[in-house]
Amino acid sequence: MENLTAKAFEIRQDILDIVYHAKAGHIGGDFSVCDILTVLYYKQMNVSPENIHDPNRDRFILSKGHSVEALYAVLASRGFFPKEDLKTVSQYNSKYIGHPNNKVNGIEMNSGSLGHGLSVSVGMALAGKMNKVPYRVYTVMGDGELAEGSVWEGAMAGGHYKLDNLTAVVDRNRLQISGSTEDVMTQDSQDDRWRSFGWYVLHAIGNDVNSLNAAFDKSKTTKGKPTVIIADTIKGYGVSFIQNSAPWHHKVPTEEEYKQAAQELAQRRAEAL
Amino acid sequence: MNKTANRQVICDVLTEKANTDKDIVVICSDSRGSASMGNFVDAHPDQFVEIGIAEQNTVSVAAGLASCGKKPYVASPASFLSTRSMEQAKVDVAYSNTNVKLIGISGGVSYGALGMTHHSANDIATMASIPNMRVYLPSDRLQTKVLIEGLLQDTKPAYIRIGRNAVEDVYEDGNVPFEMDQATTVTQGSDITIIACGEMVRPAREAALTLKEKNISCRVLDMYCVKPIDRDAVIKAAKETKAILTIEEHTAIGGLGAMVSQIVSAECPKKVISLALPDAPVIAGNSQQVFDYYGLTKENLVKTALELLA
Repeated sequence: MENLTAKAFEIRQDILDIVYHAKAGHIGGDFSVCDILTVLYYKQMNVSPENIHDPNRDRFILSKGHSVEALYAVLASRGFFPKEDLKTVSQYNSKYIGHPNNKVNGIEMNSGSLGHGLSVSVGMALAGKMNKVPYRVYTVMGDGELAEGSVWEGAMAGGHYKLDNLTAVVDRNRLQISGSTEDVMTQDSQDDRWRSFGWYVLHAIGNDVNSLNAAFDKSKTTKGKPTVIIADTIKGYGVSFIQNSAPWHHKVPTEEEYKQAAQELAQRRAEAL
Repeated sequence: MNKTANRQVICDVLTEKANTDKDIVVICSDSRGSASMGNFVDAHPDQFVEIGIAEQNTVSVAAGLASCGKKPYVASPASFLSTRSMEQAKVDVAYSNTNVKLIGISGGVSYGALGMTHHSANDIATMASIPNMRVYLPSDRLQTKVLIEGLLQDTKPAYIRIGRNAVEDVYEDGNVPFEMDQATTVTQGSDITIIACGEMVRPAREAALTLKEKNISCRVLDMYCVKPIDRDAVIKAAKETKAILTIEEHTAIGGLGAMVSQIVSAECPKKVISLALPDAPVIAGNSQQVFDYYGLTKENLVKTALELLA
């Protein structure tokens, strides 16, 4: 099997290139969610460039849409569109805009406004049950996003309808644009909340592909309730000076910072191989 | 007097079509009773989704269903559907271009004395301002039927506002002129034009009959397709008649009158007078009492037409 840890560092380099070139993007969240997306698209999900119109394909919604650079990089890496296209991200008249856009191959739904993805995923999972089609639905939310009330409307319905074909992931990097999530709006009690809404709660080390794979495997065999994987991640994971730094939520690296980050990512990738 | 409400007609059409089309889904926010969807639920329990009192989730879930091939019809009070879940309508329905039909029930001032929380006097403005969202206000049960049958044929987002109570027919059973997205000419006329939508088409037609007795030829256009508005019909009316009156169960801001004025002022400037609800919470009363109070009546249409032509 492909070394997904190394693959994720390779994809982080693509993300770094996108953000540096576009002079825009949300690199902190991109790096924290990168392993989750890599594991989903390279190992867990039944979706590929060949089956994007197959009704049986697994569905993915990036509810934390601002991490779109990570999604673009993973999709390009998996061959959904040419890697060359990444140079147009956020450029004039590009379809590769700063939030997910379903005009892009492989993207199911537009997102960007937080608190929508879980509800849309509930609808997709319900359709799967109604049509008796065994696909799974995945969505990734940010931890700051959990303050949106609509998330809990979706959680309530997912539990009510016992949607065991639905796996939600919380990218628990503990930082949002204003600082610590625990200072802005605490999310440490979320385990109890999810459980009380009828969900199976799992924890994973969100920047560890083995831990993530184990959690996703477990969610697939869970019957009678939807699963939430609270993935403990490090915002900006992979680059020393971007890690765990709230300003790097959407900072753009200088030339010097770009070079250092690229060097660190190459080293991490080499270590992983 | 017709006793069948438009909402009942929608239920009947969907219940019948769902016999053969298993992708039709009705989705409610604890609103199956208000939406008169009881028959659908009884006939097709597997094609009904209840979300509870959560309009935002209702609309997003519908979008998710649609993206997987379902044909969801969300039936929820217009007041909440057009504002509480406006962002879900904008992002998950219109922007993502999902095949969701939003049925705003008990629209306008149907809920009478329940107050501004339950009125949707601004739903044309909110929903029509969303790119890729169509807005329809059918005028009677007969037109509602052909409209829903037409919408079942396409895969694009739409918002349909209907009132709570049965209203008098505008058309005749078996004779409902209808072309999708084209205004219906209710009466021909060459002196003045009344452009109306929803429940205001009926008083507009009655006004035309009264004006005819006074030897005034009044054209009435049923602009059930508020968006995409039938620009050609508006321009033609501006060119062929001396003035235009609009009437709607909606505030004057961002409604039918505003849209007509924009077209007329750009294409063929003529005087346009809009009869509409005020920019304020409306008084308590049943629909007719509210219409009477604010002059959304045949009498006020006739009076205003006579003043315009004087």
